[in-house]
Amino acid sequence: MTGTLAALGAGLAVIGAGIGIGNIGAKAMDAIARQPEAAGEIRSNMILMAALVEGAALIAIILSIFVK
Amino acid sequence: MRKILLSLAVLWSMSLGVFAQDHHDHQEHATESHEHAQEAGEHADEHAQHTCGCDEAHEAEYDAGATAFHHISDANAFHLFGELYLPLPCILYAPDHGLSVFLSSKFHIGHHGTGEKAVDGYVLNHGEVMRVSTPDFPKEEVEIDCILAHKGDDGHDHYEVVYQGNCFPLDKKTTFDGGLMGGGVTSYYDLSITKNVFTMMLVFVLLFWLFRAVAKGYQKREGMAPKGVQSFMEPVFVFIRDEVAIPFLGPKYEKYLPYLMSIFFFILGLNLIGQIPFFPGSGNVTGNLAVTMTLALFTFVVTTLNGKKDYWMHIFWMPGVPAWIKVILTPVEILGMFIKPLTLMLRLFANITAGHIVIIIFVSLIFIFGNAGESIGGSSLGGAMAVPLTLFMMSIELLVAFIQAFVFCILSASYIGAAIEEHHEHH
Repeated sequence: MTGTLAALGAGLAVIGAGIGIGNIGAKAMDAIARQPEAAGEIRSNMILMAALVEGAALIAIILSIFVK
Repeated sequence: MRKILLSLAVLWSMSLGVFAQDHHDHQEHATESHEHAQEAGEHADEHAQHTCGCDEAHEAEYDAGATAFHHISDANAFHLFGELYLPLPCILYAPDHGLSVFLSSKFHIGHHGTGEKAVDGYVLNHGEVMRVSTPDFPKEEVEIDCILAHKGDDGHDHYEVVYQGNCFPLDKKTTFDGGLMGGGVTSYYDLSITKNVFTMMLVFVLLFWLFRAVAKGYQKREGMAPKGVQSFMEPVFVFIRDEVAIPFLGPKYEKYLPYLMSIFFFILGLNLIGQIPFFPGSGNVTGNLAVTMTLALFTFVVTTLNGKKDYWMHIFWMPGVPAWIKVILTPVEILGMFIKPLTLMLRLFANITAGHIVIIIFVSLIFIFGNAGESIGGSSLGGAMAVPLTLFMMSIELLVAFIQAFVFCILSASYIGAAIEEHHEHH
C-alpha cells in the first residue's frame, strides 16, 4: 500500500516538474523568437532553470524509491 | 530507407540471439531461489545454520525490475559475453580474518556471474563478492553447491550459501549509507578494483591521452590554426570557458577553470562510455550514488572553502530584510547550502540510472511478451517493439549524457560564482 502511495507521489511530482519545464521551454522559445541574437545565452539559462526544476522532482522520485 | 530497415532487422535478430542466451541464465537463477515462507517455519526451531539443498525448484516469473537492478549495479568481474568474464582484482578486508587479495577468477565464475567456489570464506554472487561470517565455514578454497536468495521481512534480499548440505548466511559488503539503501557496517570491507573503478581508470587514461595530444598540438603549432583532435576539442573547451566559466565566475574565472573542465570531461567521458552496451563500456559509473556524491562533495568543498564574506553574510544574516524574516531565512539558507550538492548528486545519478533502467525494461519486453521464452511469436513481437524503442531511448541518452555533464558543470560554476562574488549592487 505504501508502495502504491509512493508511486502516486512520484507521479504527482513529475507532473509538477513537467508543467514547470514546459513553461521554461515555451518562454525560452518565445524569447529566442523575439531576440534571435541572444539565443545562445537564453539556451544555457533555459537548461540551467530546467535542471533546477528537475532537481525538486528528482528528490521526490528518490524518496519514493526508498520509502517502503 | 531500405538500408535502415535492413539494419533494424539485423539488430533485431542479433538481440533475439543474445537475449535468448541471457534468458536461459535467468531461468537457472529462478530455480535456485526459493520461498522465504517455507523457510521461516524451519527457522523457528533450528538455529541459523540448518540443513538445506538446492533442488527446491520454484518456477519464478521473469522479473524485469530485478533484472534491471542487476544490470546497473557494480560487479567484481567484468562480463564480456556468454559465460566469459574478465577477472578483476579483489581486495577484501575482514577485521577477524585480515586482508585477502586475489583475482576474481579464483571463484570459477559460472552462470550469471555466480562463483562455483568459495575463497577465504568469500563467495561471488551475481558478480558481487559476499562473505560467510559464521566461523565454522572453511576458510580455504572449497566448492560450493549454490547460493539461495529470499526476500526478508525488511523488504531487502537476503542470501545464503549452500555448502555440503548446510546453509550459511551471507554478509553484504560494508556501505556507509546508514541503512538507507539496506546497507550498513558488516563483517568485511570491499576495497576491490570493481567494474566501476576499472571504467573510471579507463576514462582517466583516455582523457589523459586525449588532452596530452591536444597540449602537444598547441606546443607544436603555436600561433597556428588547430589541427586534428585539437580542432575537435577546442570548440568544446572554448564553449565551457565562454558560456559557463566567464559569465558565472567573473574576472577570476581562471582559478576555477581546471576544476570545471575536469568535472565536465570526466562526467562526459563516463556518461559516454556507459552508453556502450558491451566491454569496455557498460560500467554504470555516473549512475552510482557513491560516485555522484563524491563529485558533488568536491563542488561543496570548493564552494565552502572559497566563500567570501558576502557569501557567509547572505547565509547567516541576510542584509536588507527585517530581523524577524532573518530568523526564518537563516535556517533555510543553511539547509540550502547542503541541498545544493544533494540535488547535484541526485540529478546526475537519477538521469543516468533512469535512462539505463528504461533501456533494460524495453529489452525486457521480449521476455514479457514471450512469456519468459515459451512463445517464439510473443518474443518476436516483443523484439519488434524493443528494437526501435531501445534505439530511440539510446539516442535520447546520448543527448542526456552531454546535457547532464554540462548541467553539473554550469551548476557547479553558479554555486562557486555565488560564493566568490565580492559585492552586490542589488538586494
